[in-house]
Amino acid sequence: MHISVNVDGVTYADEVEPRLLLVHYLRERLGKTGTVVGCDTGNCGACTVHLDGHSVKSCQMFAVQANGHEVTTIEGLARDGRLHPVQEAFRTNHALQCGFCTPGMIMQAIDLLADESDPDDETVRKGLEGNLCRCTGYQNIVRAVQDAAQRMKPGAGPKMEQHSDDHVVSKQPVGGE
Amino acid sequence: MTATAEPEVGKARLRKEDARLITGQTKWTDNLQLTGMLHMAVLRSPVAHARIRNIDCSRATTMPGVAVVLTGEDFAAEQGSLPCAWPITEDMKSPPAPAMAVDQVNFAGEAVALVIADNAYRAADALAAIDVDYDELPVVLDLQEALQDTDLVHPDLGTNKCATWVYDSAEAGAGTNVEDEIASADVVLERTFRQQRLIPSFMEPRSVVVDPNADMFTVWSATQIPHILRWMLSAVTGIAEHKIRVIAPDVGGGFGGKLQVTPEELLCLLAARRMGRPVKWTESRTESMLSAHHGRDQIQKITLSARRDGTVTGLKVELLADMGAYLRLVSPGIPVLGAFMYNAIYKFAGYRFVCTNVFTNKVPTDAYRGAGRPEATFAIERMMDELAAELDMDPMKIREMNWIKHEEFPFTTVAGLTYDSGNYEAATARAMELFGYEELREEQSRRRTSRDPVQLGIGVSTYTEMCGLAPSRVLGALRYAAGGWETASIRMLPTGKVEVITGTSPHGQGHETVWSQIVADRLGVPFEDVEVLHGDTASSHKGMDSYGSRSLAVGGTALVHAADKVLAKARRLAAHMMECDEADVEFASGSFSVRGTSTVRTLGDVVLAAHVAHDLPEGMEPGMDADATFDPDNFSFPHGTHLCATEVDTQTGMVKIRSYVAVDDVGTVVNPLIVDGQVHGGLAQGIAQALFEEAVHDEMGTLTTATFADYLVPCAADLPAFITDRTSTPATSNPLGVKGVGEAGTIASTPAVVNSVLDAVRHMGVRDINMPLSPERVWTALQGGSADDVGDVAAGGLGSIDSQGGQS
Repeated sequence: MHISVNVDGVTYADEVEPRLLLVHYLRERLGKTGTVVGCDTGNCGACTVHLDGHSVKSCQMFAVQANGHEVTTIEGLARDGRLHPVQEAFRTNHALQCGFCTPGMIMQAIDLLADESDPDDETVRKGLEGNLCRCTGYQNIVRAVQDAAQRMKPGAGPKMEQHSDDHVVSKQPVGGE
Repeated sequence: MTATAEPEVGKARLRKEDARLITGQTKWTDNLQLTGMLHMAVLRSPVAHARIRNIDCSRATTMPGVAVVLTGEDFAAEQGSLPCAWPITEDMKSPPAPAMAVDQVNFAGEAVALVIADNAYRAADALAAIDVDYDELPVVLDLQEALQDTDLVHPDLGTNKCATWVYDSAEAGAGTNVEDEIASADVVLERTFRQQRLIPSFMEPRSVVVDPNADMFTVWSATQIPHILRWMLSAVTGIAEHKIRVIAPDVGGGFGGKLQVTPEELLCLLAARRMGRPVKWTESRTESMLSAHHGRDQIQKITLSARRDGTVTGLKVELLADMGAYLRLVSPGIPVLGAFMYNAIYKFAGYRFVCTNVFTNKVPTDAYRGAGRPEATFAIERMMDELAAELDMDPMKIREMNWIKHEEFPFTTVAGLTYDSGNYEAATARAMELFGYEELREEQSRRRTSRDPVQLGIGVSTYTEMCGLAPSRVLGALRYAAGGWETASIRMLPTGKVEVITGTSPHGQGHETVWSQIVADRLGVPFEDVEVLHGDTASSHKGMDSYGSRSLAVGGTALVHAADKVLAKARRLAAHMMECDEADVEFASGSFSVRGTSTVRTLGDVVLAAHVAHDLPEGMEPGMDADATFDPDNFSFPHGTHLCATEVDTQTGMVKIRSYVAVDDVGTVVNPLIVDGQVHGGLAQGIAQALFEEAVHDEMGTLTTATFADYLVPCAADLPAFITDRTSTPATSNPLGVKGVGEAGTIASTPAVVNSVLDAVRHMGVRDINMPLSPERVWTALQGGSADDVGDVAAGGLGSIDSQGGQS
């Protein structure tokens, strides 16, 4: 099937098998290996990306379902060499160890903060229920998300949320194989 | 230590590793794409014990994209046997462990065939077209039944008993005869605990890529042990060791689960050699749970004797340990690692440990975070609570009267180890203060009196562990096949920058950061000027890798020694350059000076002089590099006091952790941020054993918890916020004073949680509940269910399984 998908600001046009999972399309076809696969059942959330600004588990979607949509991955968050405040908060709060869950965790945290601008401990924990981490015990992840919330508050600094998908500028399709 | 303006050791440095991990610029093994690369998929046995009558690959072979389909018969002549490096006794039974089953399968999940195809989807498609005929054999699952030898896992061995390993304090001359202590005791308690089977559940599934370029095999693997893997791949295949290069790139967690030489690593290597092209294998999560090794799975019979005043006298441990179907790299030694820890921080007069390792038709067991020591700590900490309950004493008081006092260090225990340092009083005092122990006891009393449906429990765990694995001579005495040293090299570059090569192999621990801090401090160079190289046998040719909380205590010490060698040589050259006596040279903040003068040469000046080598002292070699290998003369012994308060809903059996305080003494702390993180993660895994996780096999030997929907790795909402703090008594066995922290949280927390739940419901007639303490089990126990009934209640979720091995 033919699909056209905007991924991290670039529009790709590709022929794909209907059964190809979105995560495999990102990793194998586009080389977007920042997004990873941790399980087969949608439980671990390591593969979380944004589809039109909302978090989805890219192992639970076919690439063809992303046709005509915009996908943002962990690799598309930083702008002009500046990290997204959630990325920065994960680093400064030591919210990662092996880092395998981190891309999905960060993408889910951004989605959570879009709905809850100042979440308490329990809200963060419930909001991250679909993302497993085996290293951190979640303590510093919760702290990082709350820290990021403060960094992203109006007046807390530059308007870091400017790179929502509305601002993604489509570029020339570069094609797949 | 070299004086610098602000010491690096002790500083909460943000990690160097994070920049790539938070932006997706990672190098996981599965990210690799090589030209001409083929993909391997593995067909796994759906049955636990059977003869293979026939494998028909004809349909699979003709499927699109399939290059070849191979079975055990195809590999029989070249696959050898996977290594077991720890024959714990001279007469240990060790069956051949083929990477791929040839004529018999011994656990559900064992490899029986593989497909090599041009992409992973097509390889998986072809698996479904392979027809295997099995003649099923009786399945051996239960440890006690296995010992009857009615049905045999490996008929050729004639028994399911693998080995029996014994330690006796009287025979060792380290204590009295435990039977005498038991016979003369006022109080004798006998309890049986079950250490359920766990699955390590590292987040990154295992992956292997082998590139057979020219006559050199380059192996990328998601492994904790690149050096051991290279050695073992060579030993098993006969490929010369110098023709194998192993690279562990970014590795996404291990927890002992990647301390292995896996069937798939070997098969991928053999397949790549056969095809003459690169081959990749990446497992699905279900494959990981079906075939990567599991942990724990022991039955512990414990007998403790004491005087009426609460003084403990004797401890007898009789273990049954489930090896599963085969002995993997260190399987038989895992329970033995616990043998020296059952006596823990207490002063027993007599101690005896007998462990019997048993084969069953289940996934092999091996190292999982703590490896033998969590089991030991659980048993003794549960027993101390049992004794307190029996004598109606406060559980902390009974520990205090029996533990080694801080002025008694160094202390040689009844298990023959010498604990170098510790202060149990200090850690406990701090933990009690942070916890609010007395107030919680008062609340507990109120809830009991008012028959509150939600009861409060308080659990104590005053643990120690042995880590920093390990003195090579001790490992040799325990019949382990390798040593326990670690190595480090420092390359001083002409511009003054520093490359550090370590034999440790981090997979989340932050060695790039911490090793940089140590070297920066020692050499007086900026933290940013140090680059740490690891995990590639081409650059780091020697090492014993990372496990057993050893990396800092052993590998960090090697690094200190290498830095000291650099400084010793640099001091001599500096004296030559400054035309003074070496004895008059002082070193501080990265500069050499002549005592009492203003003459100064920076380390960079000296390194450059050594590099150009125009004017060196007589006999001095050019360059300023140094290597050091450190073999510790003792283990290190972190300890701590953990306190857990749980609320148990007696109407539903639901357990909620209300507060958790961990005060750990891990010796000197190099990076407090990283140490706290290690404790948090360790606590989560120990709590998970207590409350959530269990690998369950059904009566046919099928693993019914082979997905994350069924095997309950806790999520953020399942865990509380932890309160952590530290006390510190530096280790005396290494110059940094460090003890290791990787396993501490896991070892300490499981008994703290279980003791807490039992403390909440003991007054309602509950004596024990098997782990994990699911709501169903707690509720059943509260209804008066017997321990055995309770043990049969599964804790897992839906119990689903994908018989196709979870191939996508």
